[in-house]
Amino acid sequence: MTRPSRSTPLEETRGASASGELLLEVRDLRTHLDTKNGLVRAVDGVSFRLHSGETLGIIGESGSGKSMTVLSMLQVVPKPAARIVGGEVLYRGQNLLEKNEREMRRIRGREIAMILQDPQTSLNPVFTIGNQIVEALRLHRRDGGGKALVHRAVEALRQVRIAAPEERIRSYPHEMSGGMKQRAVGALAISCGPRIIVADEPTTSLDVTIQAQYLRLLRDLQRETGLAILFITHDFGIVAKLCRHLLVMYAGRVVEAGPVRAVFNNPAHPYTRALLGSVVRADTKAERLEAIAGQPPALWGLPSGCRFAPRCPHADDRCRKEYPPQLRVRDEASDHVASCWRLEESHGNR
Amino acid sequence: MRRFLAIRFLQALVALLAITLIVFGLTHLTGSPVDALLPDDASQAQIESLIRHWGLDRPLHEQYLAFLGNALQGDLGVSLKWRGYTAMEVVLQRLPATLKLGGLSVLLSIVVAIPLGVVAARHRGTMVDKSANVVALLGQSLPQFWLGIMLIWIFAVGLGWFPTSGQGGLPHMILPAIAMASFQVAALARLTRSAMLDSLRSEYVKLARLKGVPEYRIVWKHALRNAAIVPLTYFGLLAGSLLTGSVVIESVFSWPGTGLLSIEAIRGRDYPVVQAVVILFAVVFLLINYVVDALYALVDPRIRRA
Ligand SMILES: Nc1ncnc2c1ncn2[C@@H]1O[C@H](COP(=O)(O)OP(=O)(O)OP(=O)(O)O)[C@@H](O)[C@H]1O
Ligand SMILES: [Mg+2]
Repeated sequence: MTRPSRSTPLEETRGASASGELLLEVRDLRTHLDTKNGLVRAVDGVSFRLHSGETLGIIGESGSGKSMTVLSMLQVVPKPAARIVGGEVLYRGQNLLEKNEREMRRIRGREIAMILQDPQTSLNPVFTIGNQIVEALRLHRRDGGGKALVHRAVEALRQVRIAAPEERIRSYPHEMSGGMKQRAVGALAISCGPRIIVADEPTTSLDVTIQAQYLRLLRDLQRETGLAILFITHDFGIVAKLCRHLLVMYAGRVVEAGPVRAVFNNPAHPYTRALLGSVVRADTKAERLEAIAGQPPALWGLPSGCRFAPRCPHADDRCRKEYPPQLRVRDEASDHVASCWRLEESHGNR
Repeated sequence: MRRFLAIRFLQALVALLAITLIVFGLTHLTGSPVDALLPDDASQAQIESLIRHWGLDRPLHEQYLAFLGNALQGDLGVSLKWRGYTAMEVVLQRLPATLKLGGLSVLLSIVVAIPLGVVAARHRGTMVDKSANVVALLGQSLPQFWLGIMLIWIFAVGLGWFPTSGQGGLPHMILPAIAMASFQVAALARLTRSAMLDSLRSEYVKLARLKGVPEYRIVWKHALRNAAIVPLTYFGLLAGSLLTGSVVIESVFSWPGTGLLSIEAIRGRDYPVVQAVVILFAVVFLLINYVVDALYALVDPRIRRA
């Protein structure tokens, strides 16, 4: 890959940042949705931290609130149904939830960028790739005229290893393959030099080889730029390859969190164990999570206690009545936690 | 794109041929074409010259070819009512008035309907949306002639702001253009609204928000540019409703265009002129649709680059 030595948009602002700076701290984030079935607590007290250069995985079944969590962070939730009702989203010490729309627009794309699941639908079909990248650059990086912006867009495409970027810039989305489109979305995401990229199942719609390439690309970009990545997935295999830390979400809550190695070797929450159990371990290819008995709960009329209790083999009366507190899991990792009343029992005799 | 436009052009030609075939057939259906194409008091010499000119003594397919050949040269016979003019001359003289009125009403409906639809979609479920819906419903349910008469009553007779009827400049055109646009505004606004709703829900709009694009640009650029494809396809139909609408509206407002002409020609049993109106309407309709196709390709790169 040919890259001009120190002139990419990313390097200019981020060159000196030491890896490990705390970029994002989400505290007790809560988002409610008004639906025809009543109030849905789509995000119900989610907390986590993200450091520069780190990749944090979020895993959980469909509907567990992964997307809603990250959309709430950026306040791009479906309106008027969704309301962010509580919590803090501290980006480099500033609470984003206190910022107005205007201020948020300077965060979105510029500080925190996003890659959505389906490249077929996430690019605007009537504008060229170049147009869509230059638009973001024009919003966030006004320095330099139109020519400079186009040049930057070409560089961004080059960074995601799209061949002949000078020509590709004039292509419309329908003229590209799925994998290339997702690269283009990646180029859009890095173009403005964000510190954080949120990738919401970016490889689900790609076939396996393309998927592997894409993940390698993300990892390389991260190594080059010190990006922090928040990676949402259904796939433990990907988490194992890509992430250092992991959140396991269930019904709007984080049920277990910790270093990937610790969670994999010593899963504490029955839900995590069920998830891992549903993974075919022989090869690294993971199955979808539907292999667990029972349905993910409807998020209206949730049990007042542990949300997993109806499907949990270890649940007792207390589990069904009271939501469990977050407890430290006793292993070598100091930051391995799980929310389960029966941590000792279920964990001990597995 | 070139291929697309070429195919559409051929299709339009085929449609036009079909229409001439129908028009030709109709002259023969009603008995002898001589009765249809000549005044009742025609002399024997006139009859013979007509038969020669149109080849009426030859077999039917040759007659059709003769008719087609003449039509291609703009010769659709002489007017029976307006003596001394050919049918084509009579129609062409009136066509600009109709196109002016139609053009104004299209402009009016676009200028009103597209923003109305966009705003309704943007503020879905609010009072704005509901009011827009009522306006749209009203526009679609009121008969055009009635609306025309009411407009004359209120704004021409009552308030005296506009002339009641007849030919003239912009002031003469405003009321008929409004009456004509009412139905289209309604249809267009609803189409725009539903297309915008889809567009605003899309992932590309979500991604645009996530990259920090301001809301007004999301709505008017990202969403509308996609949504515009849907109302655009409606413009072709709109051309048809304009031409038929012109018959009603021009009668109500005594606007001297082809719509009014066709009524006069039918009343005067001036078949050559009726025939010319029908063929010219068809040509205009096909032309507009062709332009719409070209615009369609312009807006949607998936067609343009195909
Ligand atoms: N636009 C919406 N309107 C109403 N409810 C919604 C909307 N989007 C999501 N939800 C609900 O919010 C909850 C959380 O959804 P979310 O999309 O965050 O799940 P997810 O974990 O990202 O799932 P997936 O893996 O399928 O993407 C679900 O119950 C979902 O039904
Ligand atoms: Mg999701």
